[in-house]
Amino acid sequence: MDFLPTLWFILIAVLWTGYLFLEGFDLGVGMMMKVFARNEKERRQLLNTIGPVWDGNEVWLLTAGGATFAAFPLWYASLFSALYVPLVLVLMALIFRAVAIEYRGKARSDRTRNAWDWALALGSFLAAFGVGAMLALTTTGLPLNANGDRVGGAFAWLNGYAVLGGLGVVLFALAQALAFTGLKTDGPIRSRANVWLRRGLPWAVLPLAAWAIVVVAKGTTAWPWLTLGVAVVAVLAAWASARAAREGWAFLWLGLFLLAGVASIFGAAYPVVLPSTLDPAFSLTVENASSSSYTLGVMSVVAAFGVPLVLAYQGWTYWVFKKRISPASIPAVHAVTPVV
Amino acid sequence: MDPLEIGRWQFGITTVYHFLMVPLTIGLGLVVATLQTAWKRTGKDVYLRATKFWGKLFLINFIMGVATGIVQEFQFGMAWSEYSRFVGDVFGAPLAMEALLAFFVESTFLGLWIFGWKRLPKGLHLATIWLATLASVLSAYFILVANSWMQHPVGVEMIDGRPVMTDVWAVLTNNTAIITFIHTLFGALAVAGGFLFGIAWFHLYRRRRDGVDTVGADRKVIVGEDPAKGAGRDKTDYLVWFKSLRFGGWIALVAFLGVAFSGHAQAQLMIHQQPLKMASAEAACHDGTAFSVFSFGNFGGDKTTCEDVNTIWEIPGLLSFLAHDNFTTDVDGLNTLIPQYQERYGTHLPDDPKYGDRAGQEIDYQPVMGVTYWGFRLMITFGGLGALAAAIGLWVTRRGTVPNSKWLSRLAVTSVLAPFGANMAGWIFTEMGRQPFVVAPNPDSTGVDGVWMFTAAAVSPGVSGGEMLFSLVALTAVYAVLAVVEVLYLVRYVRGGVPAAMPELAAHAPDQDDTPQPDDRDVLAFAY
Repeated sequence: MDFLPTLWFILIAVLWTGYLFLEGFDLGVGMMMKVFARNEKERRQLLNTIGPVWDGNEVWLLTAGGATFAAFPLWYASLFSALYVPLVLVLMALIFRAVAIEYRGKARSDRTRNAWDWALALGSFLAAFGVGAMLALTTTGLPLNANGDRVGGAFAWLNGYAVLGGLGVVLFALAQALAFTGLKTDGPIRSRANVWLRRGLPWAVLPLAAWAIVVVAKGTTAWPWLTLGVAVVAVLAAWASARAAREGWAFLWLGLFLLAGVASIFGAAYPVVLPSTLDPAFSLTVENASSSSYTLGVMSVVAAFGVPLVLAYQGWTYWVFKKRISPASIPAVHAVTPVV
Repeated sequence: MDPLEIGRWQFGITTVYHFLMVPLTIGLGLVVATLQTAWKRTGKDVYLRATKFWGKLFLINFIMGVATGIVQEFQFGMAWSEYSRFVGDVFGAPLAMEALLAFFVESTFLGLWIFGWKRLPKGLHLATIWLATLASVLSAYFILVANSWMQHPVGVEMIDGRPVMTDVWAVLTNNTAIITFIHTLFGALAVAGGFLFGIAWFHLYRRRRDGVDTVGADRKVIVGEDPAKGAGRDKTDYLVWFKSLRFGGWIALVAFLGVAFSGHAQAQLMIHQQPLKMASAEAACHDGTAFSVFSFGNFGGDKTTCEDVNTIWEIPGLLSFLAHDNFTTDVDGLNTLIPQYQERYGTHLPDDPKYGDRAGQEIDYQPVMGVTYWGFRLMITFGGLGALAAAIGLWVTRRGTVPNSKWLSRLAVTSVLAPFGANMAGWIFTEMGRQPFVVAPNPDSTGVDGVWMFTAAAVSPGVSGGEMLFSLVALTAVYAVLAVVEVLYLVRYVRGGVPAAMPELAAHAPDQDDTPQPDDRDVLAFAY
C-alpha cells in the first residue's frame, strides 16, 4: 500500500463527502423552489437560507475536481472524458443554477422570475443527478480500453448504476434540504418541511443505500460492511429525530449517514478508482493513476494547511448566519427604477 | 467533424468569454474594497454610496465569472484527456491550489460581505471584501502559473515520457508566470478603470443634459439637485460620479503604463522562449530589426507563406528595441526559425496512435499569422485607445464635470469597451501564437529540455466529433443568451443609479437612512 496515493484517495473521498454534505442541501433547496415552496415569500425564504453559503459550498466540487486532476490525473482524464455528454449537462445545469440564484431577484415580471425558478430547480436537479451518476460510475465501472478511453459511443456510460447513483444523490439532497429548511426557517415552511421529511426520509435514502450495498458486496474488504451498519443506524436515528421534530439532529444524523455511506462505497472500491468493465487489467487504481510522490507530497502540505482553514472559516460563516429566517425577515422587493 | 478543431474552438470561445468577466471581477473588486476602506476611514456618505453602487455591478458580473469558470476546470479532462494525462503531474497542482487556497476564500468571504452588512462589525465586514478580492487576485496567479507552464515548462523532469514535477518552487516562480501575472493584473485594472470612468461619465452627462448641474462663467461646475428624483439626483450623487470618474480615469492611465511595461518585459522573454510566436506576431519572415506597423497579405490562408506578406510601413530598429533593448541586434524571422524547429521537433508528426488521423502528417510550425499579427496589434491599439480616452477625459473634466457634448461622450463608450477588446485580443494572440504546440518547447533551453506537446496529441481520443459539436453548440448558445442577460441587468442597474443598489436610500430621505427602525432588527440587510 502506497501511503501518499492512499492518503489522497481518502482526501478526495472526503472532498466529495464535503461537497455532497454541503451542496446537498443547496441543491435540494434549489429543487424545492418548485416542488415545495407555495408562494413568492416562501421561495425567497428558502433561497435566503442558502444565500450566503451556496457559492462557498460549490467550491467543494471544484476542489474535488482539481484535487483529482492533481493527485490522479489518469482518473480525472478517463472519468471526465468518458462522461462527456452528462458532464456538459451538469456544467450547463450549474451555470443556470448559479445565475438564477443571483438574477431571480432582479427579474421585473413574474414570468421572468418563474423562468429563473425553473432554471434553478431543474439546474439543481440535473447537477445532483449528474454528480451522483458520475460517482456511482467511478465505483462500478465504465467500458474503458487500455489507454483509459471510453469505447462504445457517447452513451456507453448509461446503465442502472448511473440512474441509481443519480437518484441517490437527488433524493439524499432533498432529504438533507428538508432537514436544513426545518433547521433554518420559521413559519409555515418549517412545519411543512418537518412533515415532508418525516414521511419521505425512509424512501429518500434507499437508492444511495442500494448503491452502497452493491459496491460493498462487489468488494473484497470486510470493514465497509461495518460502516454500512453505521449508515443504517444513522438513518434510523435521523428518522427518529425527524419524527420528534428535532431538525438539528435529523440534519446531523443524515450527515453521518452520508459520511458512513461514502466511506463504505469508496472503502469497498479501494484500491480501484475507476474499474474498466471490459478488462480488469485496464482498471485505474490508486497506484497506476496517481501523480508522483513529489507532487502528492507538495499537495499534502497545501491540503494540511488549506483544508482545516477552509473548515474553520466556513464553519464560522454558518455561525454568523445562524439565525432562523422567518417570513418577517424578508424585506420588501426593491423595485429598480431608472434615474436616467 | 474533427474533434480537435471543434475542441479548439470550444476552448477558445469558453475561455475568451470567461475572461470577459474575470478582469472586471478582479479590477472592480479592488475598486470596491478601496471605496469601502475610504468609507470606513472618513465615514462620508459618498463612499458608502459608491461602494454599494459599484458593488452591485460587481456582483452581477461576478456570478457569471463563477458560472463559466467551472467549465474551464472540467474541460481539460473532458475534451483534452490526453493533455491531462501528459501534464497532470505538474499542471493539476496549481489548479487544485487555486480551488483550495483561492476559490474557497473568495466565495465564502464574498457571501459574508453580501449578507454581512448588518451582521458583522464594520471593520470585519471591510476585511471580508478585501479577503474575497485578494483571493480573486490569488486565483489569477495560480491559473497563470498553470498557463505559463504551457508557454514555458519549468520544474520538471521527463520520466517515462511524461513531465514529472521535481521543483514546485520553480513552477510557482516561473518568470513567464510572474510577468504574465503582473500584465494580467494591470489589464484587469485597465478594465475596471475604464468601466468606472465610462459609467460615471454617463451619469454626469445626463445630469448636465437634464440641467441639474450647470457650468458657471469661470467654466467650473455648479452642482445642482433635482428634488423630484431624491437621492438619485442630489449633491452627494454628483460627488459619487465625479469621484468615480476621476478615480477610474487615473486607474486606467496607471494601468496602461503597467500593461505597457510588463508587456515589454513579456516580449523580451517571448523572444527567447517562443521566438516563433514573436516572429509571427510581427509577420517577420526575414531576420531584421524593424517593427512592422502595417503589413497585409493572405494571412488567414491554410498555408500562409512568407511570399504572401507585404510590408507597407515599418519602423527600423523598433523590433530590436522591443526584443533586445537596442536598435541593431537582428531578431530571427520565420525563415530562420522554422527550419530550426523542424530539425529539433521533426518535420512530420510521429506515427503514433495518439495523433489519430494526423499521425505522419507534416507539421506546420507557423501559427496562423493573420491572428497573431492582428491580435498583437489590436491588443496594443485597444489598450492605447482606452488610455487615450481616459487621458482626454481627465483633461476635459478637470473643472468638475463632463462637457455637455454628445460627441465627446464617445470617450466614455471607448473607455468601457476598449480594455475588454485589449484583453480578448491579447489572449487570442498568446494562445494562438503557441500553436502548433499546446505545451511549447523552449529552443534556447531556458526551460527544461525535451518537454513539449503538440496540440494534435492533446484531444480526448474517446470523445467523438459529434459529442464535441453538441457541447460547442450548447455552450455557445447558453453563453450568448447569458451575455445578453448580464448586459441587460448591468444596464438596468447603471440606469437605476445609486438608489438601485441602496433600497434604504429609495425608501427614506437621504439624511435619515441610518436610523434603525425597531422592527427592522430581524429583517435581512440583503436578501435574494
